[in-house]
Amino acid sequence: MEKIFFYFFALIIIVFAIASVTSKKILRAVIYLLMTLLGIAALYFMMDYNFLGAVQMAVYGGGIIILFIFAVLLVHHIEGELDEPKFPRKILIALINFVGLTITLTTIYYHKFEVIPNKDSIEVDSLGKGFLNYGEGGYILPFEVISILLLAAMIGSIIIAKGRKKI
Amino acid sequence: MNIALSTNTFANIISYFSENLGWGIWGEITAYSIIGIIYLIFFALAGLYLVLLERKIAAWIQLRIGPNRVGPWGIFQTIADALKLLSKELTGTIKADKLLYNLAPYFPIVAALISLSVFAFSKSLQAFDINIGLFFLTAVSSVGVIGILLGGWASNNKYALIGAMRSGVQIISYELSVGLSLLTMVLLTGSLQLSEIIEVQRTGGWLIVQGHIPAIIAFMIYMIAGTAETNRTPFDLVEAESELGAGYHTEYSGMKFAYFFLAEFINMFIISSIAVTVFFGGWLSPFGITDGIVWLQPLWFFIKVFIIILLMMFFRWTFPRLRIDQILTLEWKYLLPLNLMNIVLMAIIVWLGLDLSSLFN
Repeated sequence: MEKIFFYFFALIIIVFAIASVTSKKILRAVIYLLMTLLGIAALYFMMDYNFLGAVQMAVYGGGIIILFIFAVLLVHHIEGELDEPKFPRKILIALINFVGLTITLTTIYYHKFEVIPNKDSIEVDSLGKGFLNYGEGGYILPFEVISILLLAAMIGSIIIAKGRKKI
Repeated sequence: MNIALSTNTFANIISYFSENLGWGIWGEITAYSIIGIIYLIFFALAGLYLVLLERKIAAWIQLRIGPNRVGPWGIFQTIADALKLLSKELTGTIKADKLLYNLAPYFPIVAALISLSVFAFSKSLQAFDINIGLFFLTAVSSVGVIGILLGGWASNNKYALIGAMRSGVQIISYELSVGLSLLTMVLLTGSLQLSEIIEVQRTGGWLIVQGHIPAIIAFMIYMIAGTAETNRTPFDLVEAESELGAGYHTEYSGMKFAYFFLAEFINMFIISSIAVTVFFGGWLSPFGITDGIVWLQPLWFFIKVFIIILLMMFFRWTFPRLRIDQILTLEWKYLLPLNLMNIVLMAIIVWLGLDLSSLFN
Protein backbone atom coordinates (compact mmCIF):
# COMPACT_ATOMS: atom_id res chain seq x y z
CA MET A 1 0.00 0.00 0.00
CA GLU A 2 2.71 2.43 1.04
CA LYS A 3 4.83 1.44 -1.94
CA ILE A 4 1.96 2.12 -4.34
CA PHE A 5 1.44 5.55 -2.81
CA PHE A 6 5.15 6.31 -2.93
CA TYR A 7 5.49 5.42 -6.59
CA PHE A 8 2.31 7.30 -7.37
CA PHE A 9 3.63 10.50 -5.79
CA ALA A 10 7.11 9.98 -7.27
CA LEU A 11 5.54 9.64 -10.70
CA ILE A 12 3.57 12.86 -10.15
CA ILE A 13 6.72 14.71 -9.09
CA ILE A 14 8.79 13.54 -12.06
CA VAL A 15 6.12 13.94 -14.74
CA PHE A 16 5.14 17.42 -13.63
CA ALA A 17 8.76 18.51 -13.19
CA ILE A 18 9.47 17.55 -16.80
CA ALA A 19 6.23 19.17 -17.95
CA SER A 20 7.12 22.31 -16.05
CA VAL A 21 10.44 22.85 -17.83
CA THR A 22 9.18 21.89 -21.28
CA SER A 23 5.90 23.81 -21.28
CA LYS A 24 5.86 26.90 -23.49
CA LYS A 25 2.97 28.56 -21.72
CA ILE A 26 4.30 30.22 -18.64
CA LEU A 27 1.32 29.94 -16.34
CA ARG A 28 0.97 26.26 -17.17
CA ALA A 29 4.61 25.81 -16.21
CA VAL A 30 3.86 27.47 -12.87
CA ILE A 31 0.94 25.12 -12.22
CA TYR A 32 3.05 22.08 -13.09
CA LEU A 33 5.63 23.35 -10.63
CA LEU A 34 2.88 23.63 -8.03
CA MET A 35 1.95 19.99 -8.63
CA THR A 36 5.59 18.96 -8.15
CA LEU A 37 5.80 20.88 -4.87
CA LEU A 38 2.52 19.43 -3.62
CA GLY A 39 3.79 15.95 -4.51
CA ILE A 40 6.85 16.57 -2.36
CA ALA A 41 4.56 17.75 0.45
CA ALA A 42 2.62 14.51 0.08
CA LEU A 43 5.87 12.55 0.51
CA TYR A 44 6.59 14.47 3.72
CA PHE A 45 3.12 13.61 5.00
CA MET A 46 3.79 9.96 4.15
CA MET A 47 6.96 10.08 6.25
CA ASP A 48 4.92 11.58 9.12
CA TYR A 49 6.81 14.85 8.92
CA ASN A 50 3.49 16.64 9.17
CA PHE A 51 4.94 20.01 10.11
CA LEU A 52 7.41 19.99 7.23
CA GLY A 53 4.65 18.93 4.83
CA ALA A 54 2.37 21.72 5.96
CA VAL A 55 5.22 24.25 5.73
CA GLN A 56 5.92 23.03 2.20
CA MET A 57 2.26 23.58 1.32
CA ALA A 58 1.94 26.96 3.01
CA VAL A 59 5.24 28.45 1.87
CA TYR A 60 5.56 27.00 -1.63
CA GLY A 61 1.92 26.33 -2.52
CA GLY A 62 0.43 29.32 -0.79
CA GLY A 63 3.31 31.79 -0.96
CA ILE A 64 5.80 31.35 -3.76
CA ILE A 65 3.44 29.95 -6.38
CA ILE A 66 0.91 32.71 -5.74
CA LEU A 67 3.71 35.24 -6.12
CA PHE A 68 4.65 33.65 -9.47
CA ILE A 69 1.02 33.68 -10.58
CA PHE A 70 0.72 37.34 -9.66
CA ALA A 71 3.80 38.19 -11.66
CA VAL A 72 2.47 36.27 -14.67
CA LEU A 73 -0.98 37.85 -14.30
CA LEU A 74 0.52 41.32 -14.35
CA VAL A 75 2.94 41.01 -17.25
CA HIS A 76 1.94 38.13 -19.49
CA HIS A 77 -0.89 37.89 -21.98
CA ILE A 78 -2.80 34.65 -22.35
CA GLU A 79 -1.82 34.09 -25.98
CA GLY A 80 1.86 34.76 -25.47
CA GLU A 81 4.19 31.78 -25.77
CA LEU A 82 7.79 31.53 -24.72
CA ASP A 83 10.46 31.32 -27.43
CA GLU A 84 12.57 28.25 -27.80
CA PRO A 85 16.04 28.95 -26.34
CA LYS A 86 19.05 28.98 -28.68
CA PHE A 87 21.14 25.87 -29.14
CA PRO A 88 24.33 26.94 -27.25
CA ARG A 89 22.21 27.94 -24.30
CA LYS A 90 20.53 24.54 -24.32
CA ILE A 91 23.93 22.84 -24.23
CA LEU A 92 25.07 25.04 -21.35
CA ILE A 93 21.93 24.32 -19.31
CA ALA A 94 22.24 20.61 -20.01
CA LEU A 95 25.87 20.63 -18.81
CA ILE A 96 25.08 22.54 -15.63
CA ASN A 97 22.19 20.24 -14.86
CA PHE A 98 24.30 17.17 -15.55
CA VAL A 99 26.97 18.34 -13.09
CA GLY A 100 24.36 19.11 -10.44
CA LEU A 101 22.64 15.77 -10.92
CA THR A 102 25.94 13.88 -10.70
CA ILE A 103 26.92 15.57 -7.46
CA THR A 104 23.51 14.92 -5.90
CA LEU A 105 23.31 11.31 -7.03
CA THR A 106 26.83 10.42 -5.91
CA THR A 107 26.21 11.99 -2.51
CA ILE A 108 22.97 10.08 -2.08
CA TYR A 109 24.54 6.86 -3.34
CA TYR A 110 27.61 6.92 -1.10
CA HIS A 111 25.97 8.31 2.00
CA LYS A 112 25.06 5.71 4.57
CA PHE A 113 21.50 6.41 5.60
CA GLU A 114 20.38 5.21 8.99
CA VAL A 115 17.05 3.49 8.89
CA ILE A 116 14.81 4.69 11.69
CA PRO A 117 11.90 2.31 12.04
CA ASN A 118 8.54 4.03 12.39
CA LYS A 119 9.59 7.06 14.36
CA ASP A 120 6.88 9.11 16.02
CA SER A 121 5.96 12.28 14.23
CA ILE A 122 7.73 15.38 15.52
CA GLU A 123 5.69 17.61 17.80
CA VAL A 124 5.65 21.33 17.14
CA ASP A 125 6.64 22.28 20.68
CA SER A 126 9.84 20.22 20.46
CA LEU A 127 10.67 22.12 17.25
CA GLY A 128 10.08 25.43 19.02
CA LYS A 129 12.21 24.40 21.97
CA GLY A 130 14.96 23.37 19.57
CA PHE A 131 14.88 26.75 17.87
CA LEU A 132 15.15 28.70 21.11
CA ASN A 133 17.64 26.41 22.81
CA TYR A 134 21.05 28.03 23.36
CA GLY A 135 22.59 24.97 24.97
CA GLU A 136 23.92 21.82 23.31
CA GLY A 137 22.26 21.10 19.95
CA GLY A 138 20.21 24.29 19.97
CA TYR A 139 19.52 26.44 16.96
CA ILE A 140 19.21 29.91 18.49
CA LEU A 141 22.03 31.47 16.41
CA PRO A 142 20.81 30.41 12.93
CA PHE A 143 17.27 31.25 14.01
CA GLU A 144 18.24 34.80 14.95
CA VAL A 145 20.40 35.24 11.86
CA ILE A 146 17.48 34.22 9.66
CA SER A 147 15.15 36.59 11.47
CA ILE A 148 17.60 39.48 10.89
CA LEU A 149 17.88 38.48 7.23
CA LEU A 150 14.09 38.50 6.90
CA LEU A 151 13.86 41.89 8.59
CA ALA A 152 16.48 43.28 6.18
CA ALA A 153 14.55 41.84 3.23
CA MET A 154 11.33 43.43 4.47
CA ILE A 155 12.93 46.86 4.92
CA GLY A 156 14.56 46.51 1.49
CA SER A 157 11.27 45.70 -0.19
CA ILE A 158 9.59 48.68 1.46
CA ILE A 159 12.36 50.98 0.24
CA ILE A 160 12.14 49.58 -3.30
CA ALA A 161 8.36 49.90 -3.31
CA LYS A 162 8.45 53.51 -2.12
CA GLY A 163 10.85 54.60 -4.83
CA ARG A 164 13.30 57.50 -4.68
CA LYS A 165 11.00 60.11 -3.33
CA LYS A 166 12.50 63.19 -1.79
CA ILE A 167 11.60 63.35 1.84
CA MET B 1 2.50 6.10 6.65
CA ASN B 2 0.31 5.87 9.70
CA ILE B 3 -2.58 8.24 9.32
CA ALA B 4 -3.35 9.43 12.81
CA LEU B 5 -6.75 7.88 13.19
CA SER B 6 -7.53 8.00 16.86
CA THR B 7 -9.69 5.37 18.49
CA ASN B 8 -12.90 6.69 17.07
CA THR B 9 -15.87 5.95 14.90
CA PHE B 10 -13.92 5.98 11.67
CA ALA B 11 -11.20 3.72 13.02
CA ASN B 12 -13.96 1.33 14.06
CA ILE B 13 -15.40 1.33 10.55
CA ILE B 14 -11.98 0.50 9.11
CA SER B 15 -11.25 -2.26 11.58
CA TYR B 16 -14.74 -3.67 10.97
CA PHE B 17 -14.08 -4.02 7.27
CA SER B 18 -10.47 -5.14 7.41
CA GLU B 19 -10.63 -7.48 10.42
CA ASN B 20 -14.18 -8.51 11.31
CA LEU B 21 -15.16 -9.19 7.72
CA GLY B 22 -11.68 -10.49 6.94
CA TRP B 23 -11.31 -8.50 3.74
CA GLY B 24 -7.78 -7.40 4.60
CA ILE B 25 -6.41 -4.59 2.46
CA TRP B 26 -9.49 -4.47 0.25
CA GLY B 27 -11.61 -4.03 3.35
CA GLU B 28 -9.44 -1.09 4.32
CA ILE B 29 -9.85 0.45 0.87
CA THR B 30 -13.62 -0.08 1.03
CA ALA B 31 -13.78 1.49 4.47
CA TYR B 32 -11.75 4.53 3.41
CA SER B 33 -13.99 4.94 0.37
CA ILE B 34 -17.12 4.73 2.54
CA ILE B 35 -15.75 7.42 4.88
CA GLY B 36 -14.89 9.55 1.86
CA ILE B 37 -18.40 9.17 0.47
CA ILE B 38 -19.91 10.10 3.84
CA TYR B 39 -17.84 13.29 3.80
CA LEU B 40 -18.76 14.04 0.18
CA ILE B 41 -22.47 13.67 0.90
CA PHE B 42 -22.13 15.87 3.95
CA PHE B 43 -20.17 18.39 1.87
CA ALA B 44 -22.83 18.56 -0.84
CA LEU B 45 -25.76 18.73 1.57
CA ALA B 46 -24.14 21.38 3.76
CA GLY B 47 -23.30 23.49 0.72
CA LEU B 48 -26.81 23.24 -0.73
CA TYR B 49 -28.60 24.03 2.49
CA LEU B 50 -26.30 26.93 3.31
CA VAL B 51 -27.28 28.45 -0.04
CA LEU B 52 -30.94 27.99 0.85
CA LEU B 53 -30.39 29.47 4.31
CA GLU B 54 -28.65 32.46 2.80
CA ARG B 55 -31.55 33.09 0.42
CA LYS B 56 -34.11 32.73 3.17
CA ILE B 57 -32.26 35.08 5.50
CA ALA B 58 -31.77 37.61 2.74
CA ALA B 59 -35.51 37.44 2.16
CA TRP B 60 -36.38 37.87 5.82
CA ILE B 61 -34.06 40.81 6.26
CA GLN B 62 -35.51 42.47 3.16
CA LEU B 63 -39.11 41.63 4.21
CA ARG B 64 -39.66 39.14 1.41
CA ILE B 65 -40.75 35.51 1.55
CA GLY B 66 -37.85 33.96 -0.33
CA PRO B 67 -37.91 30.61 -2.15
CA ASN B 68 -41.27 28.99 -1.41
CA ARG B 69 -42.35 26.95 -4.43
CA VAL B 70 -40.31 23.74 -4.38
CA GLY B 71 -41.41 21.72 -1.38
CA PRO B 72 -42.66 23.17 1.90
CA TRP B 73 -40.90 26.51 2.60
CA GLY B 74 -38.86 25.85 -0.53
CA ILE B 75 -36.61 23.31 1.15
CA PHE B 76 -35.97 21.48 -2.15
CA GLN B 77 -35.22 24.68 -4.03
CA THR B 78 -31.43 24.39 -3.96
CA ILE B 79 -31.52 20.68 -4.80
CA ALA B 80 -33.56 21.57 -7.87
CA ASP B 81 -31.04 24.28 -8.66
CA ALA B 82 -28.17 21.81 -8.37
CA LEU B 83 -29.93 19.36 -10.69
CA LYS B 84 -30.48 22.17 -13.16
CA LEU B 85 -26.79 23.10 -13.01
CA LEU B 86 -25.80 19.44 -13.47
CA SER B 87 -27.85 19.12 -16.64
CA LYS B 88 -26.67 22.41 -18.11
CA GLU B 89 -24.35 22.64 -21.05
CA LEU B 90 -20.78 23.54 -20.18
CA THR B 91 -19.89 26.53 -22.26
CA GLY B 92 -16.43 27.98 -22.53
CA THR B 93 -14.65 30.65 -24.50
CA ILE B 94 -12.62 29.72 -27.57
CA LYS B 95 -9.67 31.88 -26.64
CA ALA B 96 -9.39 30.59 -23.10
CA ASP B 97 -6.47 28.46 -21.92
CA LYS B 98 -8.54 25.27 -21.94
CA LEU B 99 -6.44 23.21 -19.53
CA LEU B 100 -6.17 25.82 -16.79
CA TYR B 101 -9.74 26.95 -17.36
CA ASN B 102 -11.01 23.44 -16.69
CA LEU B 103 -8.58 22.78 -13.85
CA ALA B 104 -9.26 25.95 -11.85
CA PRO B 105 -12.59 25.03 -10.16
CA TYR B 106 -11.04 21.95 -8.57
CA PHE B 107 -8.52 23.87 -6.46
CA PRO B 108 -10.98 25.62 -4.13
CA ILE B 109 -13.24 22.61 -3.80
CA VAL B 110 -10.44 20.12 -3.10
CA ALA B 111 -8.86 22.49 -0.57
CA ALA B 112 -12.23 22.89 1.14
CA LEU B 113 -12.76 19.12 1.26
CA ILE B 114 -9.32 18.46 2.74
CA SER B 115 -9.88 21.10 5.43
CA LEU B 116 -13.19 19.51 6.32
CA SER B 117 -11.45 16.25 7.29
CA VAL B 118 -9.62 17.78 10.24
CA PHE B 119 -12.57 18.95 12.31
CA ALA B 120 -13.70 17.12 15.42
CA PHE B 121 -17.48 17.02 15.17
CA SER B 122 -17.57 15.11 18.43
CA LYS B 123 -15.08 13.33 20.65
CA SER B 124 -15.15 10.25 18.43
CA LEU B 125 -16.19 11.74 15.10
CA GLN B 126 -12.95 13.03 13.61
CA ALA B 127 -11.34 11.65 10.48
CA PHE B 128 -7.82 13.03 10.66
CA ASP B 129 -6.50 14.11 14.06
CA ILE B 130 -3.22 15.59 12.85
CA ASN B 131 -0.92 17.07 15.50
CA ILE B 132 -0.57 20.38 13.66
CA GLY B 133 -4.32 20.76 13.03
CA LEU B 134 -4.67 24.54 12.95
CA PHE B 135 -1.50 25.09 10.93
CA PHE B 136 -2.61 22.36 8.51
CA LEU B 137 -5.91 24.19 8.03
CA THR B 138 -4.23 27.49 7.17
CA ALA B 139 -1.75 25.72 4.87
CA VAL B 140 -4.49 23.93 2.94
CA SER B 141 -6.73 26.95 2.67
CA SER B 142 -3.85 28.96 1.20
CA VAL B 143 -3.85 26.60 -1.81
CA GLY B 144 -7.53 27.30 -2.56
CA VAL B 145 -6.91 30.85 -3.73
CA ILE B 146 -4.80 29.53 -6.62
CA GLY B 147 -8.00 28.26 -8.25
CA ILE B 148 -9.52 31.73 -8.16
CA LEU B 149 -6.43 33.35 -9.68
CA LEU B 150 -6.19 30.68 -12.37
CA GLY B 151 -9.87 30.82 -13.24
CA GLY B 152 -9.68 34.58 -13.61
CA TRP B 153 -6.61 34.51 -15.82
CA ALA B 154 -7.49 31.51 -17.97
CA SER B 155 -10.94 32.88 -18.85
CA ASN B 156 -9.25 35.56 -21.00
CA ASN B 157 -11.79 38.13 -19.87
CA LYS B 158 -10.92 41.49 -18.39
CA TYR B 159 -13.63 41.40 -15.73
CA ALA B 160 -12.57 37.94 -14.63
CA LEU B 161 -8.92 39.02 -14.50
CA ILE B 162 -9.65 42.11 -12.40
CA GLY B 163 -11.86 40.07 -10.09
CA ALA B 164 -9.14 37.46 -9.66
CA MET B 165 -6.49 40.06 -8.90
CA ARG B 166 -8.68 41.73 -6.30
CA SER B 167 -9.49 38.39 -4.76
CA GLY B 168 -5.84 37.37 -4.61
CA VAL B 169 -4.78 40.60 -2.93
CA GLN B 170 -7.63 40.41 -0.46
CA ILE B 171 -7.26 36.76 0.50
CA ILE B 172 -3.48 36.91 0.88
CA SER B 173 -3.73 40.03 3.07
CA TYR B 174 -6.44 38.70 5.32
CA GLU B 175 -4.86 35.27 5.68
CA LEU B 176 -2.29 37.04 7.81
CA SER B 177 -4.93 38.28 10.24
CA VAL B 178 -6.65 34.90 10.42
CA GLY B 179 -3.35 33.21 11.15
CA LEU B 180 -2.26 35.71 13.78
CA SER B 181 -5.59 35.73 15.62
CA LEU B 182 -5.51 31.93 15.74
CA LEU B 183 -1.92 32.13 16.96
CA THR B 184 -3.10 34.30 19.85
CA MET B 185 -5.37 31.49 20.94
CA VAL B 186 -2.66 28.87 20.43
CA LEU B 187 -0.61 30.76 23.04
CA LEU B 188 -3.36 29.90 25.49
CA THR B 189 -3.90 26.27 24.49
CA GLY B 190 -0.26 25.37 23.95
CA SER B 191 -1.20 22.95 21.18
CA LEU B 192 -2.20 23.03 17.52
CA GLN B 193 -4.04 19.72 17.60
CA LEU B 194 -7.78 20.30 17.40
CA SER B 195 -8.73 17.51 19.82
CA GLU B 196 -6.19 18.84 22.31
CA ILE B 197 -7.56 22.37 21.98
CA ILE B 198 -11.02 21.10 22.88
CA GLU B 199 -9.57 19.07 25.74
CA VAL B 200 -8.05 22.27 27.19
CA GLN B 201 -11.48 23.86 27.09
CA ARG B 202 -13.18 20.90 28.78
CA THR B 203 -11.25 21.48 31.97
CA GLY B 204 -10.71 25.23 31.80
CA GLY B 205 -13.83 26.64 30.19
CA TRP B 206 -14.29 27.92 26.67
CA LEU B 207 -11.28 29.82 25.42
CA ILE B 208 -13.19 33.03 24.80
CA VAL B 209 -13.98 33.13 28.54
CA GLN B 210 -10.64 31.72 29.59
CA GLY B 211 -8.66 34.34 27.66
CA HIS B 212 -11.09 37.19 28.38
CA ILE B 213 -9.97 40.53 26.82
CA PRO B 214 -7.35 39.39 24.25
CA ALA B 215 -9.52 36.41 23.31
CA ILE B 216 -12.50 38.64 22.57
CA ILE B 217 -10.31 40.97 20.49
CA ALA B 218 -8.89 37.96 18.66
CA PHE B 219 -12.40 36.67 17.99
CA MET B 220 -13.51 40.00 16.52
CA ILE B 221 -10.44 40.17 14.28
CA TYR B 222 -10.95 36.55 13.29
CA MET B 223 -14.56 37.15 12.27
CA ILE B 224 -13.66 40.23 10.20
CA ALA B 225 -10.74 38.50 8.51
CA GLY B 226 -12.68 35.26 8.06
CA THR B 227 -15.52 37.08 6.34
CA ALA B 228 -12.97 38.72 4.06
CA GLU B 229 -11.33 35.40 3.30
CA THR B 230 -14.58 33.84 2.12
CA ASN B 231 -15.19 36.88 -0.14
CA ARG B 232 -18.45 37.69 1.58
CA THR B 233 -20.26 40.93 1.42
CA PRO B 234 -18.60 43.73 3.19
CA PHE B 235 -15.55 42.45 1.30
CA ASP B 236 -17.12 41.10 -1.89
CA LEU B 237 -15.68 43.53 -4.37
CA VAL B 238 -14.17 40.41 -5.95
CA GLU B 239 -17.53 39.82 -7.60
CA ALA B 240 -18.99 43.28 -7.44
CA GLU B 241 -21.86 42.85 -9.88
CA SER B 242 -22.12 46.49 -10.84
CA GLU B 243 -18.51 46.75 -12.01
CA LEU B 244 -17.27 43.27 -12.81
CA GLY B 245 -20.14 41.07 -13.94
CA ALA B 246 -19.58 38.03 -11.76
CA GLY B 247 -15.87 38.55 -11.09
CA TYR B 248 -13.51 35.63 -11.54
CA HIS B 249 -16.23 33.13 -12.54
CA THR B 250 -17.82 35.28 -15.23
CA GLU B 251 -17.00 32.77 -17.96
CA TYR B 252 -17.95 29.65 -16.05
CA SER B 253 -21.25 27.85 -16.47
CA GLY B 254 -23.02 24.75 -15.25
CA MET B 255 -21.25 22.47 -12.81
CA LYS B 256 -17.92 24.32 -12.98
CA PHE B 257 -19.62 27.45 -11.74
CA ALA B 258 -21.33 25.36 -9.09
CA TYR B 259 -17.93 24.15 -7.84
CA PHE B 260 -16.78 27.70 -7.18
CA PHE B 261 -20.11 28.52 -5.62
CA LEU B 262 -20.21 25.46 -3.37
CA ALA B 263 -16.60 25.94 -2.30
CA GLU B 264 -17.45 29.45 -1.21
CA PHE B 265 -20.23 28.24 1.06
CA ILE B 266 -18.22 25.34 2.41
CA ASN B 267 -15.45 27.82 3.19
CA MET B 268 -17.95 29.75 5.26
CA PHE B 269 -18.73 26.53 7.12
CA ILE B 270 -15.00 25.92 7.63
CA ILE B 271 -14.36 29.43 8.96
CA SER B 272 -17.26 29.01 11.39
CA SER B 273 -16.07 25.57 12.45
CA ILE B 274 -12.60 26.90 13.23
CA ALA B 275 -14.18 29.71 15.24
CA VAL B 276 -16.31 27.22 17.18
CA THR B 277 -13.39 24.89 17.83
CA VAL B 278 -10.95 27.58 18.89
CA PHE B 279 -13.19 30.03 20.73
CA PHE B 280 -16.40 28.26 21.74
CA GLY B 281 -15.36 24.82 22.90
CA GLY B 282 -16.13 22.70 19.83
CA TRP B 283 -18.53 19.90 20.73
CA LEU B 284 -18.60 20.79 24.43
CA SER B 285 -21.98 21.71 25.85
CA PRO B 286 -22.35 25.07 27.62
CA PHE B 287 -21.59 24.70 31.37
CA GLY B 288 -21.27 20.96 30.80
CA ILE B 289 -25.04 20.42 31.02
CA THR B 290 -25.09 17.37 28.76
CA ASP B 291 -21.60 16.05 29.34
CA GLY B 292 -22.65 12.43 29.74
CA ILE B 293 -24.72 12.16 26.55
CA VAL B 294 -22.37 11.30 23.69
CA TRP B 295 -24.75 11.66 20.78
CA LEU B 296 -25.52 15.28 21.69
CA GLN B 297 -21.90 16.31 21.03
CA PRO B 298 -22.22 16.74 17.24
CA LEU B 299 -25.52 18.51 17.82
CA TRP B 300 -23.87 21.12 20.04
CA PHE B 301 -21.11 21.54 17.48
CA PHE B 302 -23.57 22.17 14.68
CA ILE B 303 -25.74 24.51 16.77
CA LYS B 304 -22.70 26.67 17.50
CA VAL B 305 -21.57 26.58 13.86
CA PHE B 306 -25.10 27.55 12.84
CA ILE B 307 -25.06 30.58 15.13
CA ILE B 308 -21.71 31.79 13.74
CA ILE B 309 -22.93 31.25 10.18
CA LEU B 310 -26.06 33.28 10.98
CA LEU B 311 -23.78 36.05 12.24
CA MET B 312 -21.83 36.02 8.96
CA MET B 313 -25.06 36.10 6.97
CA PHE B 314 -26.32 39.07 8.98
CA PHE B 315 -23.05 40.84 8.10
CA ARG B 316 -23.76 40.21 4.46
CA TRP B 317 -27.19 41.82 4.44
CA THR B 318 -26.31 44.67 6.79
CA PHE B 319 -23.09 46.31 5.66
CA PRO B 320 -22.32 48.08 2.39
CA ARG B 321 -19.43 46.98 0.22
CA LEU B 322 -15.93 48.36 0.88
CA ARG B 323 -13.61 49.79 -1.76
CA ILE B 324 -10.29 48.04 -2.44
CA ASP B 325 -8.22 50.79 -0.79
CA GLN B 326 -10.49 50.70 2.26
CA ILE B 327 -10.09 46.93 2.49
CA LEU B 328 -6.30 47.11 2.34
CA THR B 329 -6.16 50.01 4.81
CA LEU B 330 -8.36 48.10 7.24
CA GLU B 331 -6.08 45.07 7.08
CA TRP B 332 -2.62 46.58 7.04
CA LYS B 333 -3.12 49.73 9.12
CA TYR B 334 -5.65 48.58 11.71
CA LEU B 335 -6.09 44.83 12.04
CA LEU B 336 -2.46 43.78 11.70
CA PRO B 337 -0.95 46.17 14.31
CA LEU B 338 -3.88 45.47 16.64
CA ASN B 339 -3.28 41.77 16.17
CA LEU B 340 0.42 42.00 16.97
CA MET B 341 -0.29 44.02 20.12
CA ASN B 342 -2.96 41.50 21.02
CA ILE B 343 -0.47 38.63 20.78
CA VAL B 344 1.86 40.44 23.18
CA LEU B 345 -1.04 41.06 25.57
CA MET B 346 -2.02 37.40 25.43
CA ALA B 347 1.58 36.34 26.01
CA ILE B 348 1.73 38.55 29.13
CA ILE B 349 -1.55 37.12 30.40
CA VAL B 350 -0.38 33.54 29.89
CA TRP B 351 3.01 34.36 31.42
CA LEU B 352 1.53 35.91 34.58
CA GLY B 353 -1.22 33.27 34.78
CA LEU B 354 -4.01 35.83 34.56
CA ASP B 355 -6.34 33.66 32.49
CA LEU B 356 -9.67 32.63 33.94
CA SER B 357 -9.21 28.85 33.72
CA SER B 358 -9.16 28.64 37.52
CA LEU B 359 -12.80 29.77 37.60
CA PHE B 360 -13.93 26.43 36.26
CA ASN B 361 -12.20 23.91 38.47
